Amino acid sequence: METFVEEDQVRRLDYRAKVTGRASYLADMTIPGMCVGKILRSPVPHAWIRRIDVSKALKVPGVVGVLTGDDIVKEEGIDPYFGPVFKDQTLVAVDKVRHVGDPVAAVAAEEPQAAEEALSRIDVEYEEVPAVMDVRESMRKEAPLIHESVRIPEHGYADLAELRPVEGTNVCTHFKLRRGDVEKAFSECDYIFEDTFVLPTTQHVALEPHGCIASVEPDGRIIVWSTTQNPFVVRTQLSNIFKVSVSKVRVVVPYLGGGYGSKVYPKVEPLTVALAKKVGRTVRIMLSREEVFYTVTKHAAVIRMKTGVKKDGTLHAREGEVLLDTGAFAEIGPRVAKKSGYTATGPYKIPHVKIDSMCVYTNKPPAGAFRGFGVSQSAWACESQMDIIAHALKMDPLEIRLKNIYDEGDEFVTGEKLTNIGLKACVEKVAAEIGWGKEQTRRPEGAIVRGKGIACLIKATITPSISSGVVKLNEDGSVTIFTGTVEMGQGSETTMAQIVAKELGIPLEKTQVLGVDTDVVPYDLTTSSSRSTFHMGKALQLAAQDLCHQLRELVVQEYGVPIEQVKASEGKVFFGEMAMEYREVLFKHFGMQGGTLVGRGEVRTRTVDEKGEKVTSAFWFLGAGAADVEVDRETGKIKILKYVSSVDVGKAINPLGCKQQIAGAAITGLGQALFEEMVFDNGQLVNPNLVDYIIPALGDMPDVIESISVEVPHKDGPFGAKGIGETSLIPVAPAIANAVFDAAGVRIKDLPITSEKIFLALEKGSREKS
Amino acid sequence: MKKRVNIFVNGVERILEVEPWVTLLEAVRGLGLTGAKLGCDIQVCGTCTLLLDGRPVSACSVLAVDADGRQVLTIEGLGDKNRLHPLQEAFMDCGALQCGYCTSGFILTAKAMLEESPRPTEEQIRSYMGGNFCRCGCYPEILEAIRKVAGL
Repeated sequence: METFVEEDQVRRLDYRAKVTGRASYLADMTIPGMCVGKILRSPVPHAWIRRIDVSKALKVPGVVGVLTGDDIVKEEGIDPYFGPVFKDQTLVAVDKVRHVGDPVAAVAAEEPQAAEEALSRIDVEYEEVPAVMDVRESMRKEAPLIHESVRIPEHGYADLAELRPVEGTNVCTHFKLRRGDVEKAFSECDYIFEDTFVLPTTQHVALEPHGCIASVEPDGRIIVWSTTQNPFVVRTQLSNIFKVSVSKVRVVVPYLGGGYGSKVYPKVEPLTVALAKKVGRTVRIMLSREEVFYTVTKHAAVIRMKTGVKKDGTLHAREGEVLLDTGAFAEIGPRVAKKSGYTATGPYKIPHVKIDSMCVYTNKPPAGAFRGFGVSQSAWACESQMDIIAHALKMDPLEIRLKNIYDEGDEFVTGEKLTNIGLKACVEKVAAEIGWGKEQTRRPEGAIVRGKGIACLIKATITPSISSGVVKLNEDGSVTIFTGTVEMGQGSETTMAQIVAKELGIPLEKTQVLGVDTDVVPYDLTTSSSRSTFHMGKALQLAAQDLCHQLRELVVQEYGVPIEQVKASEGKVFFGEMAMEYREVLFKHFGMQGGTLVGRGEVRTRTVDEKGEKVTSAFWFLGAGAADVEVDRETGKIKILKYVSSVDVGKAINPLGCKQQIAGAAITGLGQALFEEMVFDNGQLVNPNLVDYIIPALGDMPDVIESISVEVPHKDGPFGAKGIGETSLIPVAPAIANAVFDAAGVRIKDLPITSEKIFLALEKGSREKS
Repeated sequence: MKKRVNIFVNGVERILEVEPWVTLLEAVRGLGLTGAKLGCDIQVCGTCTLLLDGRPVSACSVLAVDADGRQVLTIEGLGDKNRLHPLQEAFMDCGALQCGYCTSGFILTAKAMLEESPRPTEEQIRSYMGGNFCRCGCYPEILEAIRKVAGL
């Protein structure tokens, strides 16, 4: 097993720029001649646009131009519709608005004040139609139809090809998972449990809002600087929308101020390009905090779960219905529905399964990818119900989990074998760290009661997918690394450099990772799905190996030795008695200080392996969380004393980075568990700001936060590494709900777990008792 | 109508002609000092924190004209090219940042806190730093970095 011991102390390569204020984010960039764009957004949740009058807006001094749906429809060079799965989004509304905040028009002006002034002078006549704000309402026959028709793109995602909207309804995806015979199985069970769990719409709140600078060059080339996590997807979509080849679209990505899924798939880019095209100028649009809430959210969900169990706690059958609220647009919701469906059995062996996972339109802002991608929804239901079952059977919640949990070689619900999985170890480690089954060290006083909870998970990464990497060896033996992975805080720049440096046996200082520019770096599908270390890391490792191979071949050419006698390692090429540094090999070959070697690497994951077996996921995310909480029975106030996460990282390439990612995702999970909720009233979002939408601050931190890396190496990962970015967020909410039950005997089934809900549940409990 | 203001930014007097509604954050970023960021725009998240006469302020909600004649410290004015401020070093050593968008605000707030109380209690740190958000969730590492500089 390779080790990275010497790199344990690696200081991240982006840190110096970030602590000195020198790191450049999109809002810090200026392009000569740039003007500012602002968006007019719908004040109503669902309406036909009958008329837009921009004449007064155009008269505002400093206004450069205004874009409306009419411009888009009239312009032959623009497809008004786009979207990663279905083409149901519009650049600006062309007929209807479908949520509060839906873009209706855009203004370009010399100054922001002029743009704001112009927005206030655009007259729009809306003809409102009934809106639907709840998935269950939206599935009723008489519910208003949000999309009259849904356009299917010609070349969609391979893994979503079978998912289609249910015509004449608001259901845009119905994913079905079937295994065994559920009806018969329920009749064989000793106990059947049925519960419904609810999660609200939430938002990522990356502190950097979305933004885009766009220029349509005189020759028709499109250049965008964007806050995107997947520049190549943005490139493809812009190429489709503006009907130019991908070679005519360039996407440049600076450092991102956080993503967490909110910056996957096109957001403000198509509109900014359309506005730039209309006015013939470079335009920058930076969203306000309020606009971010209208741009992308996390899917709210209602999950009904029926589980049949044998007396000894063996899970035997599960029927589940997952309703995901995708808001006004499908966005990537169909894939979220699929992932929620696959994981509605949790990380457990259940022989009989019937899952219906549906992605449903409502008149809320669109929901998209969010760290945890559908699994934080299904795990909330699954892992809460596990404890309900355990308590009913008078079993230890840890014991019932370990009894049913997936282990190495077990069959996943789809029938394939699970390999390289360290799930059990994750569960055992958090249990040990939280002191499971031990006496409480601090005795509860008076109304304060204390309890512990645990939860665990399995999640898939996007499969199939592609990552390509290039490593260029320069004449002095230093290397330049070309990668499409976006540095959004996760530390990819450092991890990639570490992998290349390790493989080539050169110091980290001799590497340089280039910024992301689709004109320069080779293709990468996306920086999401916790896939970059595994996929891009491997691609770059292969690229470095390719370089070593080329160096050896040069030695063969120059010295006529057989290739098997030539080795490349530790920054040198060895043959016979000779040891040449890489730069010396280049000098020998090129005959002067100059020349370049280019190493290439590529990772393609498939849905069927070489033996013909189905592959749902190139690797699995495995982890667990445990909480130790105090609840005040008089007020419902909850305090998290300790929270422990464990994640199977495969191999920790950057241990501090692993710790940051594991604790960081868990802290976002704490917000999701305890505070976060977008509140709607009559279609209007009540709290689109950071006073009323609460995210965790330092004062909300548990006394102790522990992060444990479990290392069960994966054969296909670089040095055995797996992806870890999302794992630890997922178990937080159910672990806390389970701890609250353990402490206070009340079961909260709808997130967030607020003190008010606990208080009311306690009141109800004591009323029922008396 | 534009007003003329003299602001001492990182010790250097800058004479600016600004509209009265221009915020201190806009004015400072307009000078090319872009370490402070716009986050929430309503003085909650702390990404725009600057030190005004040594005290942390949310520069998104302070008018440039109100900084007339006063001292402003930005992250760019902390430490120098050869020697960073101990907080900058500690943030790097402890891994107290990921995306870096909140970092300038955290470091400046921590500097003000440590000048007011060089050996703060855990409670004091949590309370003083409560107006700076880190969505990547680097709070444990941020606490560690601050403790390290305070010698706790």
